[in-house]
Amino acid sequence: MIYFYLVVVPFIIGLLALAVKSEDLRPWLLPLGCAIHASIVAACWRHLPEASAGGWFYIDSLSLLVLSLSSAIFLLCSVYCLEYLRLRHESSNRLFIACLSFVLGSVSLVCVTRHMGLLWVGMEAATLATAPLVHFNRNERSLEATWKYLMMGSLGIGLALLGTYFLSLSELPSKHYADPLVIDTLLAHAGELSIPWLKGAFIFLLVGYGTKMGLAPLHSWKPDTYGEAPGVAGAILAGVITSCPFLGILRVYQICNAAGLSAFAQSLLVLMGLLSMGTAAVFIIGQRDFKRMLAYSSVEHMGILALGVGLGPAGSFAAMLHMINNGMTKSLLFLSAGNIHRAFGGKTMDHVHGALQRVPISATLFLLGFIAITGSPPFGPFVSEFSILRAAVNGGRPGVAFWFVVLLAVIFIGMATTVLSVVYGVPNAESKKSVKGDYPFMLAAPIMFMAAVLFLGLWLPDWLTAVLRDAAGLLSGGIS
Amino acid sequence: MEQFSQLLLALVVFLSLYLLGSSSLTGCIKILALQGMCLGLLPLTISRHGFRPRALLLALGMFILKGFVLPRVLLYAIREVKIRREMEPMIGYTLSLMIGAALIGLSFVLAERLPVLEGVRTSMLIPVSLATVMMGLLMMISRIKAVTQVIGYLVFENGIYLFGLASAYEVPWLIEMGVLLDVFVAVFVMGIVINHIERAFHSISTENLTRLSD
Repeated sequence: MIYFYLVVVPFIIGLLALAVKSEDLRPWLLPLGCAIHASIVAACWRHLPEASAGGWFYIDSLSLLVLSLSSAIFLLCSVYCLEYLRLRHESSNRLFIACLSFVLGSVSLVCVTRHMGLLWVGMEAATLATAPLVHFNRNERSLEATWKYLMMGSLGIGLALLGTYFLSLSELPSKHYADPLVIDTLLAHAGELSIPWLKGAFIFLLVGYGTKMGLAPLHSWKPDTYGEAPGVAGAILAGVITSCPFLGILRVYQICNAAGLSAFAQSLLVLMGLLSMGTAAVFIIGQRDFKRMLAYSSVEHMGILALGVGLGPAGSFAAMLHMINNGMTKSLLFLSAGNIHRAFGGKTMDHVHGALQRVPISATLFLLGFIAITGSPPFGPFVSEFSILRAAVNGGRPGVAFWFVVLLAVIFIGMATTVLSVVYGVPNAESKKSVKGDYPFMLAAPIMFMAAVLFLGLWLPDWLTAVLRDAAGLLSGGIS
Repeated sequence: MEQFSQLLLALVVFLSLYLLGSSSLTGCIKILALQGMCLGLLPLTISRHGFRPRALLLALGMFILKGFVLPRVLLYAIREVKIRREMEPMIGYTLSLMIGAALIGLSFVLAERLPVLEGVRTSMLIPVSLATVMMGLLMMISRIKAVTQVIGYLVFENGIYLFGLASAYEVPWLIEMGVLLDVFVAVFVMGIVINHIERAFHSISTENLTRLSD
């Protein structure tokens, strides 16, 4: 039943949001729904619920991590929205709030299901529900971003469906039709799967869900979408909507592992990972638009996730930790970047200088977020990136380790140029000064993310380590 | 029955090819509707269990959705557009047709090389679905009008649906309904966006959508 509530509660909140008439009352629905969702997820941490009849729904350590990350990001973003939507009272928030809730419900479906078909349905629903969030500003630029997001997203998700069908065809020789496409059935009969079809399934699912994650060379929608979406939608996209397709890739990776295709799958993941980091490095240098810069940083970190998993068990542990760290830090960065964008009425280096003078707290948070995401101690991403580096060195992959360090360094320098120019200096006299600096609720959420990232960098609690280790175990051939 | 399903599959490929060479927007949408109807009939002709109520219901849903509802949504989206033709596609019509024919050949070769699985229902299904997927992709990347891109996406989606039919077991109805619903909502959202594009730029050419770049 708990699975049912996780999916249905957000959908009910979304429908309520469509029904409620008051523009002032409606934003409060979101924190309410997110709080209920978060408390259900917290209950799952105390003890994992039983699998549903038929084995269609079940939460294991992998999905628990993605689900908790999504729930936490949504809860904090919903608090941010309370004040953000009040500032944006000129446009109706009905669709925005309803779609945010629908995204949460779809994402929960992706996390709780064990059926690859249902996982696809949830992923597609999440993609479609995000489109109106991107178009919230209702200008020509956001329209273009929405169109590109829809076309690339649909293409990717279509290829993922093709991969899912390949997976079902790979099952034909074993003839266990009782519960086809349920991960546990596939894992149990992994030895009997048809290898060529399974390879095809992995490639199509990697390309399809990789498009949704924004792995290079399938990332072209990302800078446009992240650049034009409101900050809070950027946080949801970069923290949540990218982690869910990653879960889809991890599922088929699990199956490949069990079928003895580890080397094949790992080499593809490492290749995509390094390619994404390289692409991000090329485009981050000289990037004048700081929201687009964050988008390329997201491409980089999706690459790090793929690379980490491709490095085997030790890397998988670090990659799962990095998924949490990246989600939190990206949310922090997008929310504070949104605040800076609003205070200056622009998001390029031509408009924005001296953010520290105009919005001191947001600018400090943005600067700290930059230091964290580029992997500097004492923040969380440092720990996970360093563990991935160690996994590469210990695993006898010096070439991978070398490129990993070089690309991280290049990206650090590229991002530093943009971020420092935004934060320091003197604000241009002509840049719009309609907004009066920082707002408390819109700072509370990024401050909480900052605290979480710092906390994860200083101390990894035992309960989290246990789940991370279990998740890494699932990714290295263990059957749940 | 076998012959009828072969006929339908051949029709699906010819319709995709026709779409590649057709310049009229409303014409394209009508062809797409016809292709959707073929897809709706197909499960009935290759189902081993014959006309069971469940299969009949799904076929009916598919027939109505892909044959009537989706084309309506697209027609609604372009109702205010004055120009009814796709002007200057990035790849000319003759060349598109030739590439399309090459793709059909290629997919038969590819399907030959994939290991044959016992459960697959009819030999034509996999090459036809591969060809349809590739022609849909070709339309998506070579056309400029937003509506033609969506038509390309739907052809691509139709090809994937054929692939789903290839497996011998029956996909649980919940999943099938979910997939259909998602496709419907996707086209609905795309239709709305096309409408916004038309209002913002007074045209539905995606050539207008080139402001965002590095």
